Amino acid sequence: MSFEWPWQYNFPPFFTLQPNADTRQKQLEAWCSLALSYCRHHKLYTLDVMEAQESPMFNNKKIERKLSMETIQIVFEELRKKGNLEWLDKNKLRCLVMWRRPEEWGKLIYQWVSKNGMVNSVFTLYELSNGDDTQEEEFHGLEEWMLLRSLQALQTDGRAEIISMDDGKGVKFF
Amino acid sequence: MDRFSWTNGLLEINETLVIQQRGVRLYDGDDKAKMDVGVALLSTHRLIWRDNKNHECCIAMPLSQILFFEEQAGGIGKSAKIVIHLHPTPPNKEPGPYQQSKYSYIKLSFKEHGQIEFYRRLTEEMTKKRWENMPVSQPIPTGTGLQAGRTRAVGIVGIERKIEEKRKETDKNISEAFEDLSKLMVKAKEMVELSKSIANKIKDKQGDITEDETIRFKSYLLSMGIADPVTRETHGSGTHYHMQLAKQLGDMLQAPLEERGGMMALTEVYCLVNRARGMELLSPEDLVNACKMFESLKLPLRLRVFDSGVMVVQLQSHSEEEMIASALDNVSDKGSLTAEEFAKLLGLSVLLSKERLLLAEKMGHLCRDDSVEGLRFYPNLF
Repeated sequence: MSFEWPWQYNFPPFFTLQPNADTRQKQLEAWCSLALSYCRHHKLYTLDVMEAQESPMFNNKKIERKLSMETIQIVFEELRKKGNLEWLDKNKLRCLVMWRRPEEWGKLIYQWVSKNGMVNSVFTLYELSNGDDTQEEEFHGLEEWMLLRSLQALQTDGRAEIISMDDGKGVKFF
Repeated sequence: MDRFSWTNGLLEINETLVIQQRGVRLYDGDDKAKMDVGVALLSTHRLIWRDNKNHECCIAMPLSQILFFEEQAGGIGKSAKIVIHLHPTPPNKEPGPYQQSKYSYIKLSFKEHGQIEFYRRLTEEMTKKRWENMPVSQPIPTGTGLQAGRTRAVGIVGIERKIEEKRKETDKNISEAFEDLSKLMVKAKEMVELSKSIANKIKDKQGDITEDETIRFKSYLLSMGIADPVTRETHGSGTHYHMQLAKQLGDMLQAPLEERGGMMALTEVYCLVNRARGMELLSPEDLVNACKMFESLKLPLRLRVFDSGVMVVQLQSHSEEEMIASALDNVSDKGSLTAEEFAKLLGLSVLLSKERLLLAEKMGHLCRDDSVEGLRFYPNLF
């Protein structure tokens, strides 16, 4: 299934940072949602800023417009404020993209666990993200760091506990 | 040379070194001093000289001892010199290399050059007189006391001193006046008085010729921007002239404004008006002042200033909302427009059409597309 671009993607002004404050806010929101849905569609969990500038996400070759580095940084800052992005380095060159926030993942995982009556069981992280049982689930293939954060969110809620085992980590659901 | 005292050459707490120069020989008046060539040092407080070979031989004199000084150009076989005329020795002077001297001036001979910079720095220090503000532990005699038995040069020295003080006063006046422009305006009145008195003095001395010179002098002041303060006070801000001018503009600009869609940049108005007048042209200042009076005189014109600073004259009947609405229509029709295209469409100048588009953007009706192709405006679909 190919990615569906939002109408703004083909609207040239979308690629110029608008000076009018109201217009700018709408523009940035549209960019944030575009970035997140693009990452979700392509299952991207990390982004390299330099590569991003050239990727179709920020560069529409058809209308010959692309976002400037400055605007990209502004969009990323918006995402960070919303909790969907985390910088991996001080120079802001690589980041983690959480098109779903850890809490949301946590909820999904817990739903699956309770739906299958497996509360009180222990799982290894590998089982959850790569096990046969979870193949139909959205969180299948979730990268370990993201999975860990989601489970930590559940842990804070008191619905799970992360356990250290011999060859890795596991989790028990309550 | 009898004004110098022995010193250890160390600077005091508040004293700073300004400049030093090697290869300086001292002269007692016109005679070579008994010392060899050495280093001359100028500090904020003193003039110091130290022997090159024997560093223990170090003498100093407070700068307040200096009456005035001048340059003496060098020649073939002669180095350039600075001649320093001195006040009489104060009674409490510390002992120095010379008990007495028949000269009241010394010379510094710059065998290895450096006199230009030294002279400049010495002038600076003597103007600033920093030693007066920053007292050091050793008492510095100011040399105002007159010595009995030194009757010979006192009269001339006294007169010289008075002239020097007066010169410093005028100098200080001028530098103070220029420090702060608002202070200048206050001083301006004083300056005008001063200029009048100087003009009168010239007139007294030289007779009739000075009429022109007085006028010239006043015109110099005027060109500096010090118009006679009196006129500004009597006329105030709403001069009759400007009022008449505003009325005239009201009549003159009606037709051109309507032709140009109700709005003209002030620069266009200026050109139009002055071209029509031919003689007795308006200054930009007068034009702006006249335009500012449109509203108070209830004329059907208005002066308007955009955010970017552009000033326009527009008809009062001109409605900005209508303009913006029509701008939006035009842009939507064509999909997108640049300022140039819009200008062509409406018959407006590019400057004004850009202002209108920017205003529409500010109101949220348009959005911009800034790329290498230029700046385009689209309807705001966000």
